[in-house]
Amino acid sequence: MSRLHFIAMRLVKTALVVFAVVLLSFLLIRLAPGDAATVMAGQSGYADEAFMKSLRAEYGLDKPLPAQLATYLGTVARGDLGTSYVRRQPVLDIILERLPNTLLLDAFALVVAIAGGVWLGAAAARRPGSAGDASVTVLSMLFYAVPQFWLGMMAVLVFSVWLAWLPPFGIETMGADYTGLARAGDIAKHMVLPGMTLALYYLASYARLTRTAMIEVADQDFVKTARAKGIRESQVARRHILRNALIPLVTFAGLQASILVGGSVLVENVFSWPGIGTLAYEAVTARDNPLLLGIFIVTAVLVSLFNLVTDIAYSIADPRVEMGR
Amino acid sequence: MKKFAAVFLGRPMALVGLAVFAAIVATALAAPLLFARGPFTIVGMPLLPPGAPGLLAGSDVLGRDMLVGLAYGARISLLVGITSTLGAVGIGVLLGAVAGYYGGVTDDLLMRVTEFFQIIPSFVLLMVLVAFLQPSLNSTVIGIALISWPQVARVVRGEFLSLRGREFVQAARTLGMRDAAIIFTQILPNALPPIMVVSSMMVGSAILTESALSFLGLGDPNLLSWGSMIGGSRSAMWVAWWTTVLPGLSIMVTVLALNFIGDGLNDALNPRRGR
Repeated sequence: MSRLHFIAMRLVKTALVVFAVVLLSFLLIRLAPGDAATVMAGQSGYADEAFMKSLRAEYGLDKPLPAQLATYLGTVARGDLGTSYVRRQPVLDIILERLPNTLLLDAFALVVAIAGGVWLGAAAARRPGSAGDASVTVLSMLFYAVPQFWLGMMAVLVFSVWLAWLPPFGIETMGADYTGLARAGDIAKHMVLPGMTLALYYLASYARLTRTAMIEVADQDFVKTARAKGIRESQVARRHILRNALIPLVTFAGLQASILVGGSVLVENVFSWPGIGTLAYEAVTARDNPLLLGIFIVTAVLVSLFNLVTDIAYSIADPRVEMGR
Repeated sequence: MKKFAAVFLGRPMALVGLAVFAAIVATALAAPLLFARGPFTIVGMPLLPPGAPGLLAGSDVLGRDMLVGLAYGARISLLVGITSTLGAVGIGVLLGAVAGYYGGVTDDLLMRVTEFFQIIPSFVLLMVLVAFLQPSLNSTVIGIALISWPQVARVVRGEFLSLRGREFVQAARTLGMRDAAIIFTQILPNALPPIMVVSSMMVGSAILTESALSFLGLGDPNLLSWGSMIGGSRSAMWVAWWTTVLPGLSIMVTVLALNFIGDGLNDALNPRRGR
């Protein structure tokens, strides 16, 4: 099977996932008590039977379910995720306004996690059983047992309250009106604590994964060949072992993306980072169901697109990949 | 069974985990007997530090005894952790068994559904589920079960795939047993060890998820849990560290204990898959 065919298949799969996300959202709307007419009537503060009936007719809520589903699919396909109950703005506009902040934070965390994790894991794999190796294992065990939001609050306690090194909240200093480089530096300073909180958890996973993969690859024949050719040990570790051990990390990054999004919802709330995680919290407290559901749809679509990219990257990085799947 | 006990009891970490977990279960069960007045009763001035007269763990923002809150919080964490895991195991075993036993198109279809639930951001889905169902103990448990089952389904499917061709299954089929009977009375008992390992680990992650939900204010509003204690202490954290630190440590110790037990079970039940 050619690579083009593989990519086409993955595109179809991604499209199916997106369709399923919208279908699931439609079902979730049914789950909430009352329908849109009840909510709108509640907002207008006026509701007799005739008014409700006209509302339902206007929005197609009196039609059979399949027809309603078709209408819903049509609106979502046009990029219309509904209107926020509270802000009276299109849901998609509100989300897109906040999305760059979340992407910035998540990308920072992902880069720190991968770079730091690979470095730590490679160091641990050099000498299995050493103190450094053991500390990676213990750290990852601790991170798996700690609520991420609590880790963030502890970081605030230590680095902002006690040591006063870093700003605890927000994305930039209020009222400072920095521009250019000064502004970028200010934002970077605000990003350290939330970014590291988010990264540390995944850093531990990447370290473990790199460690296991490197120990496995180090046993293979081509590594022995490289050594037999007289290549220096540091070169063997970097060029032959590490490169091949990194391939599974690509897939892992894709699989972790959905967990990263969940983690960033919590971390954003701890640090009042103005992304879609804090937006989700605002939607929950204001009972703004269309906004909350919109956030689910947008994040789900983004994660499946990210998975598509990592799958394609994987097929390029490792030509041996079974493209049939 | 003897060998299992020998391996499990030979792991100091697993024993520590078991002892700590037993102590937490005992605290949870005894909470209503020890502190009959309940976790919401105001006992004194707010934000008294640990060690203040009669307040071993200090008081919170509203002047409630932190120690009572921690003890009652253990009840919620354990209740949600265990029941939602049972729910997830139920769904996962059913779908995984059907997929692995029948194979073919059924397997393909069910595995696509499983993959779908693993790809989408499950915590955001959980927030939507709980918010739409209205926050309560029930919606928390149902929601966590609904996002956690794929892991179980994968393990069960794998076991069923490898067991379905064995002689004892063929024998049962020759005897004229119905599929359901073969799945539940013949194959499932043999697939139990890995299911137990996965579920012991899942209780811990369910406890973490519950704490995250109630931290965001999506927990049952009528119950005090470790997560809601942390969420409620956010404004006080600056002046009263114990209001945030103690519930967080409680979660960490509980989940660590469960993970140690899970590791021990893994070593004892899956000798092939040593780490």
